[in-house]
Amino acid sequence: MVEIKDGKKILTTPISAEDLKDIKIGDIIYLSGSLTTCRDVAHRRVVEEGREIPVDVRNNAILHAGPIIRPLENDKFEMVSVGPTTSMRMEKFEYEFVKATGVRVIVGKGGMKENTSNACKDFGAIHCVIPAGNAVVAAVCVEEIVKAEWRDLGMPETLWNCRVKEFGPLIVSIDAQGRNYFEEKKPEYNANKDKALEEIYKHVKFIK
Amino acid sequence: MSAQVEKMIDMIAKFVGHTAKKLPDDVIAKLEELRSKEDSALAKVIYDTMFRNQELAVKLNRPSCQDTGVLQFWVKCGTKFPLIDDLEALLKEAVVKATFETPLRHNSVETFDEYNTGKNVGKGTPTVWWDIVPHSDTCEIYTYMAGGGCTLPGHAMVLMPGEGYEGVAKFVLDRMTTYGLNACPPLLVGVGVATSVETAALLSKKALMRPVGSHNENPRAAAMEKLLEDGINAIGLGPQGMGGKYSVMGVNIENTARHPSAIGVAVNVGCWSHRRGHIIFDKDLNYKITTHSGVQL
Repeated sequence: MVEIKDGKKILTTPISAEDLKDIKIGDIIYLSGSLTTCRDVAHRRVVEEGREIPVDVRNNAILHAGPIIRPLENDKFEMVSVGPTTSMRMEKFEYEFVKATGVRVIVGKGGMKENTSNACKDFGAIHCVIPAGNAVVAAVCVEEIVKAEWRDLGMPETLWNCRVKEFGPLIVSIDAQGRNYFEEKKPEYNANKDKALEEIYKHVKFIK
Repeated sequence: MSAQVEKMIDMIAKFVGHTAKKLPDDVIAKLEELRSKEDSALAKVIYDTMFRNQELAVKLNRPSCQDTGVLQFWVKCGTKFPLIDDLEALLKEAVVKATFETPLRHNSVETFDEYNTGKNVGKGTPTVWWDIVPHSDTCEIYTYMAGGGCTLPGHAMVLMPGEGYEGVAKFVLDRMTTYGLNACPPLLVGVGVATSVETAALLSKKALMRPVGSHNENPRAAAMEKLLEDGINAIGLGPQGMGGKYSVMGVNIENTARHPSAIGVAVNVGCWSHRRGHIIFDKDLNYKITTHSGVQL
């Protein structure tokens, strides 16, 4: 479901492909509902090992992240700090991962490439960036850690299934049409870099 | 274990914990400056989030970033410092203590056996680099949380002299557009210029321990710091690499003499959440902290 509340665009799980169709790269949105941390080894298990993911992420969201968790009593946990990790590490697996799991929203850090943008276009999903390094802002949006699976992977890599409220701000970096914010920015960055280097070259001829 | 060793473990653990929750004074000041100079809506939202996060981290007493890194210590230890023999072991003990007290994330995976030790220490971690200082009884320690994101852009290579300092500039700027934009800009960029990969690489990390806004004592190296800073800013990465006027907090170059046939160059970056600390102990463990004001250990 998608709604506008107090000027904020909020996606609430379960999310349909229809919910994503008016969301564009560069938009700022928030997420409520089911969000599961999922990173390197979990992607490998789903894609390379063909294992079924033990948390249902279909029509829900994943977060490329490895949080700091404090264990409480009765197998409950507290989210202390959680923030995104470099999404590009999961790029290799993401097309097959989205295809296998039916996840709708991928949250992480930095850009991803064709595997992910093709998955977003083919299966109706988006990739968003949550400003990284802001682990307390993100942690206070976690209302409860509902369950923890694949705990053998250790604290950073466990699938921590969270119920979140207005998790964000999320900046859309790949939309469901497959447009890619970072890839569209790259030619601009590279052109600026070449120009900057020409200027630097004039002043560093120290070996004569 | 002697009482002094225990005391030092306790102080280092507390200091490391503090650096996970509050950024150094120079970094905060620079981020405030850069925030005020950005005018795009996206850059403003990102900086607002960053500053709200740092406030919440202090208020709720939690690590401001979940990736509290692998702990790295650069020690400049006097040969007469009474705890010199115990130093490496006590730093390891302090990391374990800080890991459970702060808490810090478990970031030590044994290589080849590929399991997380769950204590944040392992074979060779925390990293300790030694500089031995003759005729001194003090011990100076730089602490650093090397997060994964800002460690990824790290790169070293040896250039042929024909590539010159132009080659050094290209090496650094190329790394910014490929890896830097994902490493949580605005970055602090450390550059090492020496002979071989490991000499340049270590200098590039030590360069990150210098305060934001400090300059290399060689006028040409200092000029190159400014050229690289302006050049990387002009790329337009902005906060989080999503576009903006400022990409870096600064560029610090450290250098040594080189072999005439080689220019070793390395780059290392610190993210905006640059969690570096600096503490100096005298022989009685009285301490002075230069990076963070108002800390009581």
